[in-house]
Amino acid sequence: MSGSSNILAMKKIVQQLRFEASINRVKVSQAAADLQQFCIQNALQDPLLTGVSSSTNPFRPQKVCSFL
Amino acid sequence: MGEMEQLRKEADSLKDQITAARKEVQDQTLQDAAAGITVVSRVQLKTRKTLRGHLAKIYAVHWSTDSKLCVSASQDGKLIVWDSYTTNKVNAIPLKSSWVMTCSYAPSGNLVACGGLDNMCSIYNLKGKDGNVKVMRELAAHTGYLSCCRFLSDSEIITSSGDCTCVLWDIETGTQKTVFAGHIGDCMSLGVSPDFKMFISGACDYTAKLWDIREGTCRQTFAGHESDINAIGFLPNGNGVITGSDDSTCKMYDIRADQELIAYQDSSIMCGVTSLAPSVSGRLILAGYDDFNCNIWDSLKAERVGVLAGHDNRVSCIGVTPDGMAACTGSWDSFLKIWN
Repeated sequence: MSGSSNILAMKKIVQQLRFEASINRVKVSQAAADLQQFCIQNALQDPLLTGVSSSTNPFRPQKVCSFL
Repeated sequence: MGEMEQLRKEADSLKDQITAARKEVQDQTLQDAAAGITVVSRVQLKTRKTLRGHLAKIYAVHWSTDSKLCVSASQDGKLIVWDSYTTNKVNAIPLKSSWVMTCSYAPSGNLVACGGLDNMCSIYNLKGKDGNVKVMRELAAHTGYLSCCRFLSDSEIITSSGDCTCVLWDIETGTQKTVFAGHIGDCMSLGVSPDFKMFISGACDYTAKLWDIREGTCRQTFAGHESDINAIGFLPNGNGVITGSDDSTCKMYDIRADQELIAYQDSSIMCGVTSLAPSVSGRLILAGYDDFNCNIWDSLKAERVGVLAGHDNRVSCIGVTPDGMAACTGSWDSFLKIWN
């Protein structure tokens, strides 16, 4: 019966909401600080941020010098 | 009061509880926390390679863990594995169904997968004995289109579907291990956490959900978008979740604070976000849009710091190499471009 399946579905929704309501939350200031720290710590290892010199850029092969 | 009415009241009360709990930990905004740092200087990336070969719209691209090979899927009915350093095609795999919407490269480099309007996820073995690439498994059970797929290993893959569910499959047996149900709209995209324990899904119900892969449960639901979420991904730190939506904005949610930290939007941007990828430090977010461009955002300051302009049609997919060296964009103009 559609009535009882609606109730079953609603019970599942309530159960899920109870679960989601019960989690521990960290303060935004903490989350923000950790995020900033991660970005800054890894900045030097981020080629798109620091730029890539052509000698180390695998997508930009160096011009080959040939002996004439 | 009828049982249904009681349940509805309880649901509303719980939703209020969650809203209150989130507010309680909101002692600061990311904007304020990042007030002391300067915006990154203008990021100007150039097209280093153009991968030509597809004959129709490209819908998906995914890098191999070696940061050199990548696989792309096009509605010309082909999966192409490219050597991005040389632009050579390593494999050109003809598909049974040309209506492909997603593709994925296994971390091992041995397998690739794809799927689309055929509702199936097809797994291909790139390292078969006779050198031919063949279908290894066809994972069929979804009752809607396959929007995204991501390998956990050579034996497990997660798929998201237009049937509103995500599924964890056992590739060996071709069966569903876990069905992740909860979204009330088509699931459009998924991303796996760096530690492979969780995954996130973005859907047409405007929410993103965080799932525990082994428990099979939804841990958290993130709302806020005003339209379909088309793209989703984890920040490299494993705590940030970035989403891109038809509402023309991208948002960053933090898992531990259980809320949105910041939105990436501009009044001049009025078209949907189709795809996104973070740079390796998480400081940059590259997002592809319907207006043929890709914007580069400073993730902490929410300012646009660059643009990738060069495609003649919608940017449908984007990916950053695992080593962070380059970004690849795929477009409806049938080309892939490598930028750094």
